[in-house]
Amino acid sequence: MPILSHLWIILALPLAGSAVNGLLGKRWPKSAVNSVAIGAVSLTFLAVVELVREFLYLPVDQIPYVGNYFTWMAAGNFRVDFALQVDQLTVVMLLVVSFVGMLIHIYSTGYMAHQGGYYRFFSYLNLFMFFMLTLVLAANLVVMFVGWEGVGLCSYLLIGFWFLKKSAADAGKKAFITTRIGDLGFTIGILFVFATFQSVDFGTIFKDLAQNPRSEALLTTICILLFTGAVGKSAQLPLYVWLPDAMEGPTPVSALIHAATMVTAGVYMVARMNPLFSRAPIAMLIVAIVGAVTAFYAATIGLMQTDIKKVLAYSTVSQLGYMFLGCGVGAYAAGIFHLMTHAFFKGLLFLCAGSVIHAMGDEQDMMKMGGLRKKIPITYWTMLIATLAIAGIPGFAGFFSKDEILEAAQSGPHANWILWLLGVAGAALTSFYMFRLVFLTFFGKPRYDEHEVHVHESPRNMTVPLMILAFCSIFGGWFAAPKLIGGIDHFSKFLDPVFTMYAPAATESAAVVSESAASPGLALFHALTGWPVIVAILGLLVAWWFYIKSPETPKKLAQSMHGLYSLIFHKYYVDEIYAALIVRPLLWISTNVLWHVVDEKIIDGTVNGVGTAARESGGEMRKLQSGNTRSYAAWVVIGAVGFTVLLLVVLGMR
Amino acid sequence: MIVPVSYYLVLSAILFGLGVVAFVFKRNVITIFMSIELMLNAVNLAFVAFARAHNQLDGLVFVFFVIVVAAAEAAVGLAIVIMLARNRESLNVERVNLLKF
Repeated sequence: MPILSHLWIILALPLAGSAVNGLLGKRWPKSAVNSVAIGAVSLTFLAVVELVREFLYLPVDQIPYVGNYFTWMAAGNFRVDFALQVDQLTVVMLLVVSFVGMLIHIYSTGYMAHQGGYYRFFSYLNLFMFFMLTLVLAANLVVMFVGWEGVGLCSYLLIGFWFLKKSAADAGKKAFITTRIGDLGFTIGILFVFATFQSVDFGTIFKDLAQNPRSEALLTTICILLFTGAVGKSAQLPLYVWLPDAMEGPTPVSALIHAATMVTAGVYMVARMNPLFSRAPIAMLIVAIVGAVTAFYAATIGLMQTDIKKVLAYSTVSQLGYMFLGCGVGAYAAGIFHLMTHAFFKGLLFLCAGSVIHAMGDEQDMMKMGGLRKKIPITYWTMLIATLAIAGIPGFAGFFSKDEILEAAQSGPHANWILWLLGVAGAALTSFYMFRLVFLTFFGKPRYDEHEVHVHESPRNMTVPLMILAFCSIFGGWFAAPKLIGGIDHFSKFLDPVFTMYAPAATESAAVVSESAASPGLALFHALTGWPVIVAILGLLVAWWFYIKSPETPKKLAQSMHGLYSLIFHKYYVDEIYAALIVRPLLWISTNVLWHVVDEKIIDGTVNGVGTAARESGGEMRKLQSGNTRSYAAWVVIGAVGFTVLLLVVLGMR
Repeated sequence: MIVPVSYYLVLSAILFGLGVVAFVFKRNVITIFMSIELMLNAVNLAFVAFARAHNQLDGLVFVFFVIVVAAAEAAVGLAIVIMLARNRESLNVERVNLLKF
């Protein structure tokens, strides 16, 4: 079936799954809910695979392929079509989203088996797939924004899935409101784009841009506004605070939405808008700086966390920073490459963490784990693979993608040694905290009551997705491997048309030069002995020293550097600073000015005042009605005399 | 000799004034009733005087209307007065003040 000419099928499948489960699933047995939800995403995945097959046969001049379905709104010269498009970038994102999404759906059938609201969970999860695929397939900024907000909504619903728990409900609100701050910038950015190009359609914008150069200041403004949206969605400094709290949601949600797919939407958007960013060097620099600083900063917080999911959350923030660093130094393909490998290994890490939590009976504190290696071997081995991948140990997926980003930061067209240094330092910390997590969880002696906690390996429907993702975490990066022995980077080459089609003339040649620079053997040697690999191994060794060889060292170190330790342990007090600077003043103004003055005094005062005035004046006036006939007579006479005087004297009617 | 209109009008005004004063100051409900009749007839007198002065019938027609209304009013009013006298055993309006706030 030609999916390419019926792109809407890819969106209709998960939406239908969500609707069916959401409306009817309440009374259904779990197996029925499963078959609807898993069926919907599996068919989506198959449709995507078929789409990719068709796409690969598409002649070059038909890329990007656009399917225009209907005019959504038209007012004056503002016109938005519901249009979907497919190009190489979309293909990569579609494959990642539908594949990882499908695996996590399957995993969830095991993880959520004993939870209430089973049908609701899968309805939300399918709805999320629908919005994420809309975001990825969108052919213009407004349809993209629909997907963008839709995934935010699903994120809110799923973080607060256990909404009876106050912390979960609060975390959902925090995520929604914090990303909304970024979305304001994104919205204004879209309006700016329309004001500049008279269109929100990607193809139209980029063609216009290639033919008519715009002022750099204008493009920089637009890019910074768009990037603000990405900062909120992808949890970068200073709006990253919602992502660690988002761990209140069920673990499969953390894996799918808050690691593999939704949070990467910002990176995708920056890569999608690359013709604009490439023409705004200052905006690019800001993207790179925010990315590099976040990568390092979040990694430092990750060092001290004891909650297994929080470590992974800060790790996600940090890895998203790497993706932005890649985009910011002009290596969009490397950023997207890291997005893909990250989806594999971070999705896997979260699912493994979920498996550990499941095995431990809902315990998330690593200080109460230990020695789980022998008891849950599948989880152990898959998690070890994911850890090796994220640490950037050669041969695993993360190595190739992270190396490409750092290489671009070191020697690419927008290279900057400070950013590179931050990236390498972040890589060292990443390796350290990830192995710390593995050592604390799986090695050493058990730190829990072995009689109370019955540790058990997860069921098959949870471990099989783990193994598939582990496979991807090893081999998912090998597209780039031939580059190291003098071949070509297949991943970058595949994506290249997206990033060079409308690129400004200068960077085109630079990209070509950097690809054919070093000789084959030297490139391999250089990559294997480069700083990223050295610091990764160093991080591993330090973690081994701290948590296996001599467990007293970290405590001593913490005591000797108490100030720094407590600063990082309390996450740099950022939540407290935000609370003091923004939340509490806002709350104070809301309570003392808006509530007690504006609402109670002015608005309620006016409304109640009108009522009180009518009642009290009525109360006074009714005393005139004495019931005494003669007083009425007197009033009539006074009235008659008054009128007569009025007519004769005042108005002079004689 | 023709009596001037102003004489009639002055007489009418005096009668009307007496009616008003009695209406306000008297306490007996029958007296009040009679003072209303007095005022009506003062007005009738003015109507008749004007009708004659202008040689037109309009004033006379009005007078008939006023007499009819006064008769109807007397019928209803006296009925009320009788009920009042039966219930209160008094004709003092000061004591009929239930219909108030």
